Amino acid sequence: MIEPIIYELGRPGRTGIDLPACDVPESPLPRELLRDDLDLPEVSQLDVMRHYVRLSQMNYGVDVGMYPLGSCTMKYNPKINEDIARLPGFGSTHPLQPEATVQGNLQLLFEMQQALAELSGFDAVSLQPAAGAHGELAGVLMIRAYHASRGDTQRQVMLIPDSAHGTNPASTTMAGFRPIELPSDPRGNVDLTELAKHLNDDLAGMMLTNPNTLGLFDEQITQISNMVHAAGGLMYGDGANFNAMMGIAKPADLGFDVMHFNLHKTFATPHGGGGPGSGPVGATVTLAPFLPGPIAQRIDEADDPADTHRHGYHLQMPSRSIGRLKAFHGNYGVIVRAYAYIRSLGAAGLRQASEMAVLNANYVQTKLQDVLPLPYDRTCAHECVLQGIVDGADSIHALDISKRLIDHGFHPPTNYFPLIVPEALMIEPTETESLETLDSYCSAVRRIAKEAIDSPELLHNAPSSAPVGRLDEVRAARQLRLRWLPASKSNADDR
Amino acid sequence: MSSITIDASCHYAQNHEWIRIEGDVAVVGISDYAQDQLGDIVYVELPQVGDQLAQGDSFGVVESVKAASDCYLPVSGKIIAVNDQLESEPELVNSDPFGEGWFVRLQTSDPAQLESLMDAPAYATFCEQDN
Amino acid sequence: MTYIPHTPEQLAQMLKTVGVDSTDRLFDVIPQEHRFPDLDLPPALSEPELADVFRQLSEQNDDLDHATSFLGAGAYHHYIPSIVGHVVSRSELYTAYTPYQPEVSQGTLQAIFEYQSMICALTGMDACNASHYDGATALAESIITTIAAGRGRRRQVVMAPSVHPQYRQVCASYTSGMDVDIATAGNPRATPETLLSMVDNQTACLIVQSPDYFGRIHDLAPVASALHDMGALLVVVTHPISLGLLKPPGGQGADIVVGDGQPLGNPLAFGGPHLGFFGCTKSLVRRMSGRLVGETVDDGGNRGYVLTLSTREQHIRRGKASSNICTNQGLNALAAAVYLSVMGKQGLAQVARLCYHKAHHAATLINRVAGFSAEMDHPFFNEFTVECPCDATDLCARIYDQAGIVAGYPLKPDFPDLANQLLVCVTEVNSSEQIAALAGALAEATA
Repeated sequence: MIEPIIYELGRPGRTGIDLPACDVPESPLPRELLRDDLDLPEVSQLDVMRHYVRLSQMNYGVDVGMYPLGSCTMKYNPKINEDIARLPGFGSTHPLQPEATVQGNLQLLFEMQQALAELSGFDAVSLQPAAGAHGELAGVLMIRAYHASRGDTQRQVMLIPDSAHGTNPASTTMAGFRPIELPSDPRGNVDLTELAKHLNDDLAGMMLTNPNTLGLFDEQITQISNMVHAAGGLMYGDGANFNAMMGIAKPADLGFDVMHFNLHKTFATPHGGGGPGSGPVGATVTLAPFLPGPIAQRIDEADDPADTHRHGYHLQMPSRSIGRLKAFHGNYGVIVRAYAYIRSLGAAGLRQASEMAVLNANYVQTKLQDVLPLPYDRTCAHECVLQGIVDGADSIHALDISKRLIDHGFHPPTNYFPLIVPEALMIEPTETESLETLDSYCSAVRRIAKEAIDSPELLHNAPSSAPVGRLDEVRAARQLRLRWLPASKSNADDR
Repeated sequence: MSSITIDASCHYAQNHEWIRIEGDVAVVGISDYAQDQLGDIVYVELPQVGDQLAQGDSFGVVESVKAASDCYLPVSGKIIAVNDQLESEPELVNSDPFGEGWFVRLQTSDPAQLESLMDAPAYATFCEQDN
Repeated sequence: MTYIPHTPEQLAQMLKTVGVDSTDRLFDVIPQEHRFPDLDLPPALSEPELADVFRQLSEQNDDLDHATSFLGAGAYHHYIPSIVGHVVSRSELYTAYTPYQPEVSQGTLQAIFEYQSMICALTGMDACNASHYDGATALAESIITTIAAGRGRRRQVVMAPSVHPQYRQVCASYTSGMDVDIATAGNPRATPETLLSMVDNQTACLIVQSPDYFGRIHDLAPVASALHDMGALLVVVTHPISLGLLKPPGGQGADIVVGDGQPLGNPLAFGGPHLGFFGCTKSLVRRMSGRLVGETVDDGGNRGYVLTLSTREQHIRRGKASSNICTNQGLNALAAAVYLSVMGKQGLAQVARLCYHKAHHAATLINRVAGFSAEMDHPFFNEFTVECPCDATDLCARIYDQAGIVAGYPLKPDFPDLANQLLVCVTEVNSSEQIAALAGALAEATA
């Protein structure tokens, strides 16, 4: 099923939209600065719409079916939040409008900061980072600035468990620190003996995801943070798995000094096919001054009866801020959706969401542990990790099982991550999936495990029901074709 | 394992680079075992001619679709040639790892360093254990 | 409203299967003193209540659908064709994840491939990625790219002072942990040519913006060739709508082109989510960070699309990745692609021309108002600075109170020496009546 490239649907002279005529006198154009040609499509509006509708029909989204990608939290994206974000009072405001004209926006930012602080136990929050990785960079730069402010510039080491998401070491390197990988123990916890080897003056801190990417809550979390703190280091929390924690425990109570949230995971904002996300950062009193800014603050009448500082909501840079990590204030449209989600659920609802997320994952783990190997036999958190290995089907790998799930109507789980589990399948159902859907999913996995033994070619040739078969990724990397060029121009191997 | 070739004229490092001495010049690449583990090679990043590197320095990166592995120099020396052909034909590393799939040629500075490497039989044993 | 479907019967059944008597048991691993904390949050709201609360909150803002605005400075008010919203509202597109499983993500992948193609055509570059968070972070990433391209041997960057102040701040923060030195000139009006004197054999790149923060268009070709002779790279920050009219930086020798694609079909949204675009020459493709979609074939020989060159990225390269970027601005890139598709060759050129003519008309009218001087000597696209007879911040506040017009962006916050200057932006949404009203309001406010 091939959908033509948008350019191929055009014909010279076609337009997709008309614009008003120029209602002012024209000025001379600077000829020598003008471009000669502009190679954009010339497509009718109908063909543009059909093109994108047909493209959408080749896609799988949460609104199509269960999407149990581990650590991605593909929960339902409430539609009311889409409408709310599109209200002109939110969508048509310019970030540089005078503050007096956008008090609603600044109030929303302030209340969202407070809500995230309440959920996590942190003292202050910045909503500026645009994604989790962006928040990580902020957090590590904050730790760096903190140590520098105390003259501890020799502290350059960031400890990162071997189960960590790749963004953790990448962010560490970007911030000028040295990542050191810590092995996990057989129960999936951070190995304390290994940790103890690094408790010295070089330690800047530790980055920990809790629960981790094995779907496990670290059984020694308070010991870990005590050890790191005693050595003069700080604890960074990767909040990607916060969906297991709302109303269950506050990361600040567990010893974290700074943490990022993923609004496009825990707080139900859409993934958009690769963003936009939002990665706010929370910090304790110690690190709060270093937060990226600006952040929203409120000046109450009671604090300022003479109105010398203008009551109401304002934007301000934290006193020792690491600076700006993005233009303007953050991915506001995403923040609006996330705040609407928080207000929709309330405290009890958010706790219930985490409870059901964890129950759903444990249910799947219980139902599948006799079908596929379970590397860590413990109560899991909001996701479980199984291995894509079938006894008696040596030619079958996690990839084959994943691709065959597509033929059964499900999106594959996360493959080959975390790296420390061979043939890993990381399954995160989320709380918005019903029991019927979970049972249907588990039945499909069970059937596939049987197919693996009886007719493995079904798995090797999967997916057979998708718009395309298995794609040649080697060819894509060897013969780089990163843009469309018409047949008349060279489209040969472009290195 | 029996289908993996081990070139008897080479010495080998623990990270699966091979080195062959041709007069006062050494040629370096990655072994058949290494290319088999990596799968289809899509790109090889090589150093610049003239680079002076020490034994154990990273001198390049070999990429498959799903992985990128650093290559470490088995002996110290100055890079005098790099295999430009790999730019357009990285698959040579898969098809002819000891021949056309060579990575760099270097002027060695310390021939004694060769003794710290494995000879072909030792490397064969090493690969068996790795498995 | 929690969106949680479990009935009490189902809950009981699931607890039984898992082997616990209550969900509380699932959290026994949490230290007891920290388990189940109180959460002080406003009570839950039903959907109608939620709609009401947020509608009221939104109405405490003055939005630009209901006010006349000449605000630019990095975020622009353009007309968004209706079709854009309809396409990005299709569930299969916006509730999809990053396309790591290409067989079920061809919609997203092909749309991004088309976006890459159109941005390449617009900027004149060989390759472009699937997006960065915004123009500022795309620029910061370009610094990392140019340093990597030189294998880390050159660690100095020369940055034009007429690059957007917030972009410069982001570059400083991003590189604060790297061994990089960013030098700039003192005079904000310094043109690219004058910056060449700061370039030497330690310089990885020169960064210029055209049209720059003050709206001025610069001829880049002489700068590019001089730079390349010195072994340095040229990074250009640009405005995508202006490229509907002006020579693309790619054709003038730029090695990297970045900017913000918000004007292409994305709402202002109080500053985000916007869209960082990043294009480069063929030789820099493997140094470029961010996702890339490439064309390939499936096992049946059919054309298809996949994420490619993934080994640059964090999930494979981890600590040695070119960047830590993971989630980017996929849906905003899709919106830009739809915008460019429906506007097309003629539409974008028309929008650019309207912006150009309306801005020049506004500058001409403002120059006729006593005490005001709009900068028209240097070629500009649709933004220009105005020297006012008084403090520009106070003036703007007065004009908003009196006439409900947002006159522009005062330069004072970023350029304290230029307190009397205002940055005015005019787009195709500003009618000739609005422009006349602006000129009238400037006159009245200083009468």
